[in-house]
Amino acid sequence: MRITVDGEPHDVPPGRTIAGVLIAAGRSSWRTTRNGDRPRGVFCGIGVCFDCLVVVNGVPDVRACLRYPADGDVVRTQHGAELPT
Amino acid sequence: MRVVVVGGGPAGLAAADAAVRAGAEVVLVDSEPWPGGQYHRGTPQRVDSRVRHLASSTVWAVEGLRLHVRRGPADSPHRTPHVLDADAVVLATGAHDRVVPFPGWDLPGVYTAGAAQALAKGQGVAVGTRVVVSGTGPFLLPVAESLVRVGTQVLEVLEANAFSTWARYPHTLANVGKLGELARYAGVLGRHRIPVRTRAAVVAAHGDDRVTAVTVARLRPDWSVVDGTRRRVAVDAVCVGHGFTPRLELAVGLGCRLVDGFVAVDATGATSVPGVYAAGEVTGIGGADLAAAEGAVAGSAAARAPEPPIAAMRAVRRGRRFAMALVAAHPVGGGRHGWLLADTVVCRCEEVTAHDLDVALDRGAADVRTLKLASRAGLGLCQGRVCGREVADLAAARLGHPLPDADAFHRRPLATPLRLGELADTPLLPEEDL
Repeated sequence: MRITVDGEPHDVPPGRTIAGVLIAAGRSSWRTTRNGDRPRGVFCGIGVCFDCLVVVNGVPDVRACLRYPADGDVVRTQHGAELPT
Repeated sequence: MRVVVVGGGPAGLAAADAAVRAGAEVVLVDSEPWPGGQYHRGTPQRVDSRVRHLASSTVWAVEGLRLHVRRGPADSPHRTPHVLDADAVVLATGAHDRVVPFPGWDLPGVYTAGAAQALAKGQGVAVGTRVVVSGTGPFLLPVAESLVRVGTQVLEVLEANAFSTWARYPHTLANVGKLGELARYAGVLGRHRIPVRTRAAVVAAHGDDRVTAVTVARLRPDWSVVDGTRRRVAVDAVCVGHGFTPRLELAVGLGCRLVDGFVAVDATGATSVPGVYAAGEVTGIGGADLAAAEGAVAGSAAARAPEPPIAAMRAVRRGRRFAMALVAAHPVGGGRHGWLLADTVVCRCEEVTAHDLDVALDRGAADVRTLKLASRAGLGLCQGRVCGREVADLAAARLGHPLPDADAFHRRPLATPLRLGELADTPLLPEEDL
């Protein structure tokens, strides 16, 4: 399985979430906050804190720590509050 | 007789098993794709074939014994709606890490102990290469062990309390079989020469766009920092956990009575609401063995089993003694509020600082509702799950008395966020057949 994140291709081993893919690739942040434009990545890792949000196939506010990707998913960094495209 | 069990961890699995053995029709609503919950992550558990296991399914609202469920990939707008009517419900929704705020805790690279554990155990992913584990409670030890297994160099494990309290409960530890488990962790940490320091903690994290160092300090018993003991340690990740917070939104939504911040249950696992049972960490933090025993008790009671599960009830009594010792040995010290600086973020979602909270308190906010509206703490995406308890505690410490409505942070009629399109596409009546 293969997805792209911010244009970069990533292979996805079975059973790995989007957050797992990104951390394994050496990234620690992939979102910026709405007020302070501060970087965020995984904090709680189990869907509670909503820090790890990404945009998946144009849909924002997807928790990267919970989402198991599908082949071909286009994932990108979420900047502050975004509307669906 | 239909029993709906919410949660697929040790408590939920045991409840589903007991209820189906007692002859009930059982639906297990599990937010994860594989049964096992947080505890069994990475090693999926077996579910009795008679149990209808609704995987990747989340209960987003409850109306009495009617549950609204969404099933499909996390946060996808294309999840399928389900409405389930139950004759009895067992809430086994578990808990998440409690983390007390400190300067820099909002930097990328600061993880909860549970996050590090989930990524290591469930996905074989290491959150960092040089890591400090800090907090309180025995859970820090398996987290350090999991990190070691995925190749992380664990520099030190910091326990903010002392282990000496446990000396008062030697029989409790032996009775619940925890001594062997502790010995195993001690062995792993010893082999890797990882120091475990007590009365010490990470009290600040440093870095620009991610954590590059932490400040470690020695603590007094109340968790205030001992002057002159601060030292800096270079890390690329830090894992923190100061106990656990129960996931209470469904219990609160159903109107269950809480005691000391947990769902109150009787000896059969029954809550104050007829037909609603609870088991596991929502009723008190005590670990997987106690959760499974409570699940077995609640599941058979919910299914009105003719015989009480004597062995499980005995295990619950034993486990609760361990849980009480856990509370006594690993309190969260009030001196932690002294770790905060004026610009330390307290509410991560809305980026509310300790100073912002103080301003709201100075303006007269003296209850949760006013404090939320005046400071925005707890009004962000996580709905106060991460900061609620800390904001309430910090405000109580500043005001000198507890907030009258501290449980208000658990009131979330939408138990999990839903897209407006999904809300519009919600069936009002249950399906006859799933």
